[in-house]
Amino acid sequence: MSGPATLEDQSKPHLPRGVRLKLDETRNEWLLLAPERVVKTDAIAVEILKRCDGIATLSEIVDNLAATFKADRAVIDKDVRAMLSELAAKRMVDL
Amino acid sequence: MNAPLTHPNSDVSTQPAAAVPVKPAIAAPVGLLAELTHRCPLGCPYCSNPLEMDAKTNELETETWLRVFSEAAAAGVLHAHLSGGEPAARHDLLEIVAHCYKVGLYTNLITSGIGLTPEKVKALADAGLDHVQLSIQDAEAQSADRIGNYEGGYAKKQIIAKAVTDNGLPLTVNAVIHRANVTRAGKMVELAVALGARRVEIAHTQYYGWGLVNRAALMPTRSQAEAASAEVEALRTHYAGTIVSDHVIPDYHTKHPKACMGGWAKRTMNITPTGKALPCHAAETIPNLDHWNVRDHSLMDIWTKSPAFNAFRGTDWMQEPCRSCERRDIDHGGCRCQALALTGDATQADPVCHMSPHHDKVAEVTAVFADDDAPIPDYVYRRLKAAAAGD
Repeated sequence: MSGPATLEDQSKPHLPRGVRLKLDETRNEWLLLAPERVVKTDAIAVEILKRCDGIATLSEIVDNLAATFKADRAVIDKDVRAMLSELAAKRMVDL
Repeated sequence: MNAPLTHPNSDVSTQPAAAVPVKPAIAAPVGLLAELTHRCPLGCPYCSNPLEMDAKTNELETETWLRVFSEAAAAGVLHAHLSGGEPAARHDLLEIVAHCYKVGLYTNLITSGIGLTPEKVKALADAGLDHVQLSIQDAEAQSADRIGNYEGGYAKKQIIAKAVTDNGLPLTVNAVIHRANVTRAGKMVELAVALGARRVEIAHTQYYGWGLVNRAALMPTRSQAEAASAEVEALRTHYAGTIVSDHVIPDYHTKHPKACMGGWAKRTMNITPTGKALPCHAAETIPNLDHWNVRDHSLMDIWTKSPAFNAFRGTDWMQEPCRSCERRDIDHGGCRCQALALTGDATQADPVCHMSPHHDKVAEVTAVFADDDAPIPDYVYRRLKAAAAGD
């Protein structure tokens, strides 16, 4: 273990084994399931997490979101970095 | 008059039945702890299993467990925790894990590692297991094996930890802190990091059942408990991003009680090896609670209707100082079993709370354990037959 990885443009974020995005039909919401943790996710978080497949780079994910939702790339970039950094610190996303 | 009675705009005056206040819907359970068996090769003196344990012959059969997990998934349970005893003592563990995966449960194996092999770990990973929580007893082999009363246990656990991470499964290492290992709380966090764990759980001993029997041998002094807590908190920051630390504080030494179970019957349910559904693992210590069995009732009926689950649900059962306390929805009055054990009344505030009229009873206990260098009495090791303990 060499300490926390940092989020770079070329990082390929993905959910590690043991972390799952699940549509919970009982509560009718998307949840991020991790060891002893259940994290509620909003619609934006779900769109980000669905793109974290370990193949797309951070900058590709941001490009895709900006194009799909016709939004300001700089704003999206800031939001995506903030969310993924927070989840990486909780070991719910690997970079 | 066919409108549903619970419709928010229904005219109460024309519908007498609606005048009865409708109780808020009971939220679905989030977690289910399945104590698949009480059998375990280890003898940890703080074990959370009851003193009177279930024999193998009375354990639920495979098909009943599978039904329980199907019902759990349908009821909205997200996490299934396969525990014991040692769950690997069940020959159908692989089948149970595969079934949990099939019905969409997030499946967590809580194990001592003893009884597993690297091959079995691989098979469980292939069957869809999501996470492994491995216990350690200490960061030093000799002490660890003495605490667990199992020679060679420490070394076996290292092998199993490696098998878990080799198979790509996330690993949590959990350790219970007490007098014999309290000075190595930080070392145990470091061991967890070295074993490749993504999460570590450091829990100070809870004094029920075996823990209460062994309290004189387990309870650290206040200064030891505080030093261990400080060490664990410092390492949490140091290893942020490498390992997630969960820290169960030594509640005898705190001002506010723990939010036991996140509230009675609010988030999780326990199923014992014989199928009794409990709001927490120590609930059977509270007399006169009617615990329904999964052999006789569906999981959802138990969750919403059984007397034991409704006994301390919400806040109606509270007396002062809880009833009017601003923290009543934060700590839920603390632990019912601890209130009973220390005051004789399960509806009292947890006496750990500084507001409790019985708080002096906790202070009396902690005052006894004030000498850091006092010798540690022999353990009464956890065994299937409590009557045989000490022989």
